[in-house]
Amino acid sequence: MLPIIKVENLGKQYRLGAARVPYATLRDTLAGTIRAPFRRRRHRAENSSNTFWAVKDVNFEIAPGEVVGIIGRNGAGKSTLLKLLSRITEPTTGGIDLYGRVASLLEVGTGFHPELTGRENIFLNGAILGMRKTEIESRFDEIVAFAEIDKFIDTPVKHYSSGMYVRLAFAVAAHLQPEILIVDEVLAVGDAAFQKKCLGKMGDVARQGRTVLFVSHNMDAVRRLCPKTLWLDGGRVREVGDTYQCVSNYLLRGITEGGRVAFSPPHRMENDMPVLLHSVEISDEAGKLTILFSTRSAIRVRIEWENVSPIYKPRIGFVMQTSDGLDVLTALDANSWGLEWLPPGRRISTCLIPGSLLNEGEYVIDVGGDGNTGHPDVFDFSRGRTGAILRFEVEDDMTLPNKYYGQEGFRDARWPGVLLLNLPWKQEEVALEFS
Amino acid sequence: MDVSKNNRMLGAAALRASTSTAETKVASQIHLTLPDKPLVSIRPSTSWSPLNLRDLWQYRDLLYFLVLRDVKVRYKQTALGVAWAVVQPLFTMLIFSFIFGRLAGIKSDGVPYPLFAYAGLLSWTFFANAVTSSGNSLVGSANLITKVYFPRLLVPVAAVIAGLVDFAIAFLLLAVLMLYYRVELTWQILMLPVLMSLTTLLAIGVGMWLSALNVKYRDIRHALPFLIQLWFFASPIIYPASIFEHWRWLLALNPMAGLIEGYRAALYGSPFDWPMVALSSGLTLTLLIYATFMFRRMEKSFADII
Repeated sequence: MLPIIKVENLGKQYRLGAARVPYATLRDTLAGTIRAPFRRRRHRAENSSNTFWAVKDVNFEIAPGEVVGIIGRNGAGKSTLLKLLSRITEPTTGGIDLYGRVASLLEVGTGFHPELTGRENIFLNGAILGMRKTEIESRFDEIVAFAEIDKFIDTPVKHYSSGMYVRLAFAVAAHLQPEILIVDEVLAVGDAAFQKKCLGKMGDVARQGRTVLFVSHNMDAVRRLCPKTLWLDGGRVREVGDTYQCVSNYLLRGITEGGRVAFSPPHRMENDMPVLLHSVEISDEAGKLTILFSTRSAIRVRIEWENVSPIYKPRIGFVMQTSDGLDVLTALDANSWGLEWLPPGRRISTCLIPGSLLNEGEYVIDVGGDGNTGHPDVFDFSRGRTGAILRFEVEDDMTLPNKYYGQEGFRDARWPGVLLLNLPWKQEEVALEFS
Repeated sequence: MDVSKNNRMLGAAALRASTSTAETKVASQIHLTLPDKPLVSIRPSTSWSPLNLRDLWQYRDLLYFLVLRDVKVRYKQTALGVAWAVVQPLFTMLIFSFIFGRLAGIKSDGVPYPLFAYAGLLSWTFFANAVTSSGNSLVGSANLITKVYFPRLLVPVAAVIAGLVDFAIAFLLLAVLMLYYRVELTWQILMLPVLMSLTTLLAIGVGMWLSALNVKYRDIRHALPFLIQLWFFASPIIYPASIFEHWRWLLALNPMAGLIEGYRAALYGSPFDWPMVALSSGLTLTLLIYATFMFRRMEKSFADII
């Protein structure tokens, strides 16, 4: 089938200086113009060090009706790629051919004006997203119903709760009917029920044969929505293909084998917590570093961390996921929770994951923490995570009763489920009654 | 056990197969006829590419809603509301009439000084407000520009057009003044729409150019009030162009000069200075075309540097 999106040799170069100094002043440019003959020679030499490629040599094609997830670390070029696809910024090299109308939801509520009413904002926002007035009119009732704000439709949106605001914004965008829909983590907002509704709406869009590009850090959502995934790394396409394969490879990237990660310099949490991570280790019960465990053995996780200034109620711990991105559990060391303000110091948190808990499989550990530094809203665990950094495997210990008798040709088969518990079963014999 | 497992897997495979056929059926029901040529082809642009008229036409409703937004928001939460559109030129006119008309005794080409001053102030107030809000409009819409595509040109243009509402309201007061001073209308009043269009185009040209520069050089924000003030004194608002005598051509290099003199001629029936009006029109159109090209050239980097 012919592609609906065709991307060829796409590249976008930014100047590093432009990021640091957001705008030049006229004086600088005037002075620059006078010095231009001298600068030009120097400029060429600086060219390579002062610029960087946010996206480079990107090639891919997407067929109509495909739902494609775009994943990658922060700074991998996902946002730049979306900005290029939605024509917000121009490419430096290469090009994109779009065989359909594009609507991008890079942020909900773009262009909402707080002083205007819900009704007025629906029209304004719709027009900004590229809808004609008649189109908006014909979908107006649907939009209001979807957003569940009918009572407040003539109230200025500055009086809306943040939930109502987001619902209205998503509703407008969701009722655009483009051939290509680009969505960037919009679903991170709103309550669970509304998130579900949004995901459902995206599914509907896909079922109508429209093409959806979905950028997210939520691997679970990517797996549920997108059969195909594009993994960006350092501005280039690292892998494109089947989502399960791609997500699993992505989660296992940069994983240290051998059970120990030491950060030098120490890793700083992204959620503004004054916490430095020094090292993370996985070992057996006796403390010997290993990444291979049996279903019966306990797993020791050791995190060495340091807080450089006092934190209010810090919790350090990890999220364990399966190698294909399913969250298994979260374990947090809340020992200093009772202290309230924890003075600066270097600490080691250790915990033991009991044996006879995890099923066979590959697991990853994603270290994270939260706490409050005095600013409101700093209890932000999601941004305090390192991403999967350690991997370990759990194998069938080949002892009864856990042994799984795999058939020839089903070598990789295992018991279904994430957990494999040795539950204390009871068995009673029922006496047969003869009449 | 092996057998049951086998069956389950087969079952799952069958289920998957059935849902996928269902999905393809749904997908094929909706006829997405793709065009042979790309609808949009995104390439690094060459710097002097022409206006994208097709795009502007497609987004024409957005212009309407942007204007509507500016108009509706302008006087929200103000006690006087729309009256502000009249207050500004009216009070300036009263003060000027006292200082320049009474105390300084500046000539006003035979028209009562308040009328003389108001005609100038009316068009000037529109022009100055339009250029100021247009010049700051792009920077003020930074969140839009970095998040969504639309023809950026619409932002400064909408800011100017929104000012036309105030312009029209201020005209009502002029009508009252003209009745009070018993001004007789002549056929020259027919030039009024032409002059208003030219003033609007001039404001669009200047506003568009300044707004684009403002994205890159925030100096514009500070320079704008100063520039507007200088331009005010370089325009025949408090004084008639006639006081320049044979240096008049120098004044005519300011396109607002010809337009303001034109408004007076159209409204009060004094003779038109056609060469001056023609020169102003020519300058206005040249400036507009230049601004369009400049804007087009700078537009592509807006999202990166705003």
